[in-house]
Amino acid sequence: MDLSAISPTLLLASLMVAATPILLAALGELVVEKSGVLNLGVEGMMITGAICGFAIAVETGSPVFGFIAAALGGALLSLIFGLLTQYLLSNQVATGLALTLFGLGLSSLLGQGYVGIRPPAVEKLNFGPLADIPFIGRVLFTHDLMVYLTLALCVGTWAVLKFTRAGLILRAVGENHDAAHALGYKVVKVRLLAIMFGGACAGLGGAYLSLIRVPQWTEGMTAGAGWIALAIVVFASWRPLRVLLGAYLFGGVTVLQLNLQAAGLAIPVEYLSMSPYLITIAVLVIMSAPRKGGKARASLAAPACLGRAFHASH
Amino acid sequence: MIVLEKRPQPSKLWTAITPVFAVVATMIAGGIMFALLGKDPLEAIRTIFWDPLFNEQFAAFSRPQLLVKAAPLILIATGLAMGFRAGVWNIGAEGQYIIGALSGAAVGLAFYPTESILIFPLMVLAGALGGFLWAMIPGLLKVKFHTNEILVSLLLVYVAEFILASMALGALRNPEGNGFPGSRNFKDYPSAFNAELLPNTGLHWGVVAAIIAVIFAYVLFSKHMMGFHIRLAGQAPKAARFGGVEPARLILFCLGTSGALAGLAGLFEVSGPAGQVSIDFNVGYGFTAIIVAFLGRLNPFGILLAGLLMALTYIGGELASFMLGVPTAAIQAFQGMLLFFLLAVDVLTNYRIRFGKRKVA
Repeated sequence: MDLSAISPTLLLASLMVAATPILLAALGELVVEKSGVLNLGVEGMMITGAICGFAIAVETGSPVFGFIAAALGGALLSLIFGLLTQYLLSNQVATGLALTLFGLGLSSLLGQGYVGIRPPAVEKLNFGPLADIPFIGRVLFTHDLMVYLTLALCVGTWAVLKFTRAGLILRAVGENHDAAHALGYKVVKVRLLAIMFGGACAGLGGAYLSLIRVPQWTEGMTAGAGWIALAIVVFASWRPLRVLLGAYLFGGVTVLQLNLQAAGLAIPVEYLSMSPYLITIAVLVIMSAPRKGGKARASLAAPACLGRAFHASH
Repeated sequence: MIVLEKRPQPSKLWTAITPVFAVVATMIAGGIMFALLGKDPLEAIRTIFWDPLFNEQFAAFSRPQLLVKAAPLILIATGLAMGFRAGVWNIGAEGQYIIGALSGAAVGLAFYPTESILIFPLMVLAGALGGFLWAMIPGLLKVKFHTNEILVSLLLVYVAEFILASMALGALRNPEGNGFPGSRNFKDYPSAFNAELLPNTGLHWGVVAAIIAVIFAYVLFSKHMMGFHIRLAGQAPKAARFGGVEPARLILFCLGTSGALAGLAGLFEVSGPAGQVSIDFNVGYGFTAIIVAFLGRLNPFGILLAGLLMALTYIGGELASFMLGVPTAAIQAFQGMLLFFLLAVDVLTNYRIRFGKRKVA
């Protein structure tokens, strides 16, 4: 085993790339859950975004169109969930699961002709002299545009939720839909928009996997990333900036175990590969555990109407 | 204007007929999907739903497959339905299925080549225990630390898949297999083989277990206090708490039972139809069983029928991919669609549709 082969600079740089798809999906889900809706279909929307983005990028030769298609694909799929849960008042847990099962099937159906193809390359941004700063330059300024857009989205989500009227309405709908309804806010419309935002973000996250991180299309390539994104929202206590922390933590674990595999650590590959999932569970446990004499951190922060159907009786 | 009015109680009539509506709607939407794929929709639907049972050429082969594929689905879905009724969401049955199969297979392989009638029952016990313990992880974490059982049980599926890969390549690998991955084949080890009980029927011990599970679940729901508590906790959690239902016990019971049943399903599959522990012997029954549970209205006998129907789509799907070149992925999308339609038409069970202006309350 040769641990000296692992460079902390490269590790941190690739951590930012590894965390991006999960960060995107988790941010989308955060907004959905803030509006009081629990969409367990993140995995399905991610993988649908992955194939939509991949197919369109290959057909048009432009990754930009790919990402746009991925966002549209994810949003369109989430709309099924939105219609079912908001208008037909179906159970959100069951509908979310259905979305994941359907998305996995649909994506492998759409991806039939795209296995083994390389997508058009996405260029890294050129920061000029900034990239030459020792350590920091290599870690921060060597990535593609999506990494920075995702970071901007994270800060943007935080600002919108905290400082704007739109954010306030979204939170009101999530905390108490009856009161929000009584005040005249369109609960269903707000939730539908939030669900579609979540779908678009998950789609972008999936496309980031298939176009940049991997980059190719394989069936089931998200491998639980959507579920980890859901866990990260809980870990983050529904706060956007903590979602960033959670996604980077997870990205770090993923990259580290990949590096350890490459370095030939004496632990079998399978056990290293399962570590991100185990650590996600461990983090969930820590965040959910009740503190002495009080309620759990996570349950305190959860939107009060999370997962509850809204039916205006008058 | 169309207005939904909540029914005081879910309609019994609609509960029974909505699955039929959903299946018909799925056939129509599926037909459109097959047409988009450039296949004759009517022929595709007929190949999936009719030919496996009645085509002279294939039925002899596919009819027994119906029981083989339905058994694990029914076993798992019966367990899941208990939890779903109580609001305990075990969606990691696939993981419990894998771990059950591994534990049972490991016990069987440990005795190789001893022949004894005690070996298979011991494997069955180990399989159930394996699934039970794997499901206890989300159960205990939920009870002790209030951790969300949906996420934990699902994440453990990925962990179980890596354990399976490690076992198939390592500890359980056939020492006489020339280095190929995968365990010894149970077909060559009569004491541990889950053979067909009646030739050419597909009837193996897993089918028997599935039928027993359905009957037990029915008795539990209709006659036993635990079944009452499960229903109460699902329909009125507050009333259940005041009524002295212990949530922790209920959670552990639901997760444990569903885990044990999923483990059993895994063991029967690996020691019979699959034949050996291989990296990809699991084909997603644990996830499809979620659809089966809902399609069967979380009712044991409903699940029996739903399991058979879903098994039919598996067999018919294989047939359609073989005969018409319909991609197997299309069947997976088809099954997902079924759950969508089911959830959509369910609105009729819980709500009345009223036309006209809503009255001022």
